[in-house]
Amino acid sequence: MTVTVRLFARARDLAGADTLCVELPAGATAADLRRRLAAQCPRLAPLLERSALAVDEEFADEAQPLREGSEIALLPPVSGG
Amino acid sequence: MIRLTKEPIDYHALTEAVRLPACGAVVTFLGTVRDLTDGRVTVALDYEAYPGMAEKKMAEIERETRQRWPVGEMMMVHRLGHLDIGEVSVAVAVSCPHRAQAFEACRHAIDRFKELVPIWKKENWADGSTEWVHPGAES
Repeated sequence: MTVTVRLFARARDLAGADTLCVELPAGATAADLRRRLAAQCPRLAPLLERSALAVDEEFADEAQPLREGSEIALLPPVSGG
Repeated sequence: MIRLTKEPIDYHALTEAVRLPACGAVVTFLGTVRDLTDGRVTVALDYEAYPGMAEKKMAEIERETRQRWPVGEMMMVHRLGHLDIGEVSVAVAVSCPHRAQAFEACRHAIDRFKELVPIWKKENWADGSTEWVHPGAES
């Protein structure tokens, strides 16, 4: 399956894009996506390690299986306020 | 009520909006753009949000705050876009029957906001460089 990952703040600058498309096997988890993102975009890897993943606007567990069509976002440490 | 906005935050109107006859205490917190961070001079900040999730998390924080304190009304607004020094980036106004509750509820809401809500700021340093702020270990 192909999932589209939305990127924000420094993650977007590092990737040079608002979104990244990632090919994953069916049943892949958030942790699998994290590994695939790091391989596909090595510049992202250090920030990725301390970023959260969100699935359908909710923080995702690493073991959470992903579905094609889910809204997935990479959230670097937040700094609002 | 929660809101993201690109317009300046009218914190007087926000404070008025939470005033109720049953509430003898109103606390309004304002976060404003500071000109110095770790000794470096900032000339402006840019704020960006993941809007859908930010609003969802803000609504959760409102629900959580209302469960723990007898909140009459509360308003939470964050501004997005380019902000100059001294401008208001975030405002939280809370009314409760008594002041201890109002202080605690407002403190809780802004503390949780800073932990949970997917919003990011970018420093515009005086030397012309910019830097996204991602608290924690340097990457």
